[in-house]
Order: sequence, then structure tokens, then C-alpha cells
Amino acid sequence: MRLALGPVQYYWQRTDINHFYETMLSTPLDSIYLGEVVCGKRHALRAPDWLELAQMLAQMLAEVSDKQIVLSTLTLLESNADLSWVRKICSNSKLLVEANDMSAVQLLSEARLPFACGPAVNIYNQHTLAYLMSLGMVRWTVPAEMNSRQLAAVLNACEKKPEVELFAYGHMPLAYSARCFTARHLGLDKDNCAYRCMEYPNGLPLESQEGEALFVINGIQTLSGKPLNLLHHFPQLCERGIDILRLSPQWQQMEQVIDAFDRARRGDLHPQLLPPGVDGYWCDHPGLELIARSGTGTPA
Amino acid sequence: MELVCPAGSLPALEAALDHGADAVYIGFSDATNARNFGGLNFNDKNALRALERIRARGKKLFVAINTYAKPDSFTRWQGAVDRAAALSADAVILADIGLISYAREKHPNLALHLSVQASATSGPALEFYRQQFGVRRAVLPRVLSLRQVQQLAAASRVELEVFGFGSLCIMAEGRCHLSSYVTGESPNQNGVCSPARAVEWRNTASGLETRLNGVLIDHFAEHENAGYPTLCKGRFIVDGKRQHVLEEPTSLNSMALLPELKATGIQAIKLEGRQRSPAYVAQVVRTWREAIDAVLEPGTEFSVKDRWRKTLAKNSEGKQTTLGAYDRPWQ
Repeated sequence: MRLALGPVQYYWQRTDINHFYETMLSTPLDSIYLGEVVCGKRHALRAPDWLELAQMLAQMLAEVSDKQIVLSTLTLLESNADLSWVRKICSNSKLLVEANDMSAVQLLSEARLPFACGPAVNIYNQHTLAYLMSLGMVRWTVPAEMNSRQLAAVLNACEKKPEVELFAYGHMPLAYSARCFTARHLGLDKDNCAYRCMEYPNGLPLESQEGEALFVINGIQTLSGKPLNLLHHFPQLCERGIDILRLSPQWQQMEQVIDAFDRARRGDLHPQLLPPGVDGYWCDHPGLELIARSGTGTPA
Repeated sequence: MELVCPAGSLPALEAALDHGADAVYIGFSDATNARNFGGLNFNDKNALRALERIRARGKKLFVAINTYAKPDSFTRWQGAVDRAAALSADAVILADIGLISYAREKHPNLALHLSVQASATSGPALEFYRQQFGVRRAVLPRVLSLRQVQQLAAASRVELEVFGFGSLCIMAEGRCHLSSYVTGESPNQNGVCSPARAVEWRNTASGLETRLNGVLIDHFAEHENAGYPTLCKGRFIVDGKRQHVLEEPTSLNSMALLPELKATGIQAIKLEGRQRSPAYVAQVVRTWREAIDAVLEPGTEFSVKDRWRKTLAKNSEGKQTTLGAYDRPWQ
């Protein structure tokens, strides 16, 4: 089982981003995804900066390890500026690109480049999967709401299987909007947002009126209120034919998350190393539920 | 400019035809369409009746099969495409790539429209579906500003259809998991958002509560109108502030933009609301028919009549309407 670091969802300062990836280089990750995936207005790093950072990391790694660097594209494109950002990422011919929308799929397949599909590209069945593979897709990150049984059904029906990646830890991206909810919360409109989402490196928690952690708002994106945590299910994830587990960047204690999953793949599984989180989607329940509690594995 | 109208039942379809629809879109009674509500939509017998009535008036029938096909029941979605083709529907409205590919291969003469659920918001995304499958028309997501719609239309090689009126999805369609996160059922896979079976209205000493699978969506004081509990229109707490964090109960209404939409070459206006009553369909369709006729009238200046505005407001969520994402400050 390989471990991947997903793209950062939040807006962090450039120095923090650089420091974060520097730290990540010495962890036992196998793949690192980089790039802005939420908002094309975020300018601490623009497309050329991400490309430069990615290529620099790839070069550093080439000499010392077989870690892979992957570039991720924006998820919701609205303006011509967004599209030109995606074009720049897709026209890099050295690193694998994760397409997070069909614009990137079109650009990459036209250029006859291999590509990965991120969780917001709607691949829900074997026929869609096979079609995109015929266009050059080599890796598939499963949509957030797909459950274990459905994934098995897709993979069992596949003649040829891509590399399969599953979001396994972190707040799950659940929705994208034209509206910036962070700006709205602060009484600003999107055109004059002052990039204030940078003040919330973990996003803004949204609770029900009873204090239940429901969502996290992060600019135009809505994330799950609690982190997904599939560490408990590690043995089953291996049996399911999953190649890569995606761990989503968080502002603090990312190394602990990576360490807990790394121990699991070395036969030293300790679910209590991480907060319980939620696992409902994987168990065919509402996403916010926690099904596998301490001392139990995946329910049948 | 074609007026594309919703029908969840034969009486609604009659109402749409009586009041000026150019095309009516329907779905079959199962999870293959994005308005999979109890008692709604068409079985084969009613779909045939719908077709006869539409043909008698010389109008068009579109069939929406716009959810994502599940891996273990793909044949159900294929079957829906076959049924629509057997009806000689004028187009099917699809989102799932595997299903679009099937429709293209199996029924080469069937016109394909790309559903809003496919969330194609850029020139290359539209080109993907045109080049791969010959998709003829795409319904644009409700996330683009008017200027972005204009830019897209200028370069697009597929016909574009935009939303005129109805419930407002504030999230990019086909890319919203809020409903399944809380209830286990999603627009993408089940054709429902905030399913009725998960909804609870609870009277308490301090007012009415609405819940979705137990989660408190809103709490209404006595003088407040209680709305159906959809997650994006609930009142929640952020930073200690209780508010409509995502959006207020409101409906989308782009009527004021008709001249610009016409000038930019938008081929069709879609009205949302297959879950609505025949009376709703009648009023909304009639209002939009008059407005589109007015905007197509040469040599006259278009303005939204007060009467139209009132009728649409009356038929809106929370009795209010918005231009939504078409209007940049809304974003």
C-alpha cells in the first residue's frame, strides 16, 4: 500500500507552503500532490509558482528517493483566468497531472498525456472508468461518497484496472460553489474578498444550532465537519485492491497522520493514534457517521 | 430561443403545453433522474401518453436520465436510454460518461444533451463532450456570472441552455455531496437532495424545528416562514454568529437578463421544477412565454413587467428571487 499526500485545500502563506513541503520530504510518503484546487483567485502561489515548486521538489527527490510529485488542477473553473491556470498546469510535460474537472481531462487527453482523475471527476461505474482509461487515465481517486461495496463492484467488472487511490484521512471536500462563503461570512463580496481565507488555515467550522460540527467552509468549498478516518479499515482497504491511500494536508500534526498509516502498512496498526473521525461513506451510511469503533473492523 | 419546461406528471405536462412550452422534459420513475421523488415522474405508459400529447402540439420531448449510474445496476440506466430512444424522444439529457458513450453507440441518431449535473463550465469541458460523443447541447451550471456565460457562448461549438427560473442550487451541480453526507442519499447517485424520508418537522416550546436525519437545519420563531430543510439553506453557527451561512431560501430568476442572453446566442431557457404542481407549471410557463415573446419582438425595448415579477415571486422559495451567480455581487 502506497501513501499519498493530497493537494492542500486551504489558503496558506507562501512561506508556510514551502516549509510544509520541506517537512513532507522526510516522511515515508510515496506521492505528493501539489497545486491550487479550490480558488483561482488565491495568488500566494500562482500556476508558474506551483510548477516551479513541483519541479524543484521532483528534482530534489530524484536523487534520493522514488517519491512521486503530481500536479493537481482547479476543481471548479469559472473565468478565463481559471482556464489559463489549468492550461499552464496541463502543458507541463514532465510531471503527472491530476485532472479535477473535465477541462483538464480534455486538455491532457488532447495532448496525449497520461493523467490521474481526482475525486471531483464523477466516475461512479466501470463504464465511465474504462472510457476515461481509453483516453489516457492511469490513476483514479474514488469519489467521496462511494462505498466499499460499490468500489468492489467497479473493480470486479474492470478488465483493466487503473491505479486506485482512496481518500483515507482528512476533511472531505463535499461541495464547490460560485459563492465564497468565507467572504460572505465576513460581510465581503468575492470580488473584494481581500483573500481573507488565509486567516483560516483549517477553514471556518460551521456548526448546527445545537453545536454539532457539520461542515468546514473554505472559500468556495465546503468540507466535512469531521475528518474522514479509514485507519480502522486498513486490512480491508488492502484486500479491496486499493493501491494508494490519500491523506489530506492539515495545518498541524500531519506527520502523526502519516506515521499512523505508515505503521499500519508495516503491520503495526494502532487506530487510537488518530482521532476517530468519520467513516460512514465507506460503510454505506451517511458520510457523517462513525461505524467502526475501537475494537471492531469493517462491518460485513 | 426555446422555452424548456418541467413536467413531473401528465397534468403538469398538459399545463406546460397549454401555456407555451417549446419543449418539455420528463424523467422515468426511478433513480435514473435527478428528481426521484415519490409519486412523481413517468412509467412507460405515461411516457407514451406524454409523447402523443407533445406530438399533437408539434412540440419537443426531452428525457432526463441525468444521475450517475451505479456499478451494480448499470443496465437500469442503459434501459432508461433504450426506453427514451424507443419513444423517439427529441433528446436525452445525460451526465454520466459511461452512459453517454452507451447512448452514442447504441442509438447514433438520438440527440444528446449534456445535463447540468455534468458541471461543464469551460470551453474545453464542452469540447470534450462534443468531440467524444457529438453532444449537441449543454445545460450550463448555475455557477457562472453573466459575463462568464457570454465568454463561454462566444467560443462554444455546442448549443447552450441556461436556467431561467426555479430552485437555486448554489453549489456546482453534480459536485455536491452535502445531502449524502447527512442522509446517505445524493443527487448524483439517488436523484434526490435532502430526501423527504429524512425530513422531520418538530414543534417545540420555542418554535418549529426542521431536521434532516436528526441534524438540526433550522429553528423558526413564530413569525417566521418555515422552509423545506435543504442543507444549503439552513441557519447555522459560524464564529458564534447564527445565520444563513450558505444561502437564504430563495429562487433563481434570470428574466431581467433575457436581452443579454438572447444577444449572446443562448439557444434555450430552462425552467426548473419537475417536483412542482401543474398550477405552478402553468403560472411560471405562461409568464416566461410572455417574456420570451416580448424579448423576441423586434424593435421593442424589453423590461420585466410588474405582473411577471409578482407571479414569479409568489412561486418562489421564501417568496423571494435572486439573479444568483449571474450577478457577480451575489458571489
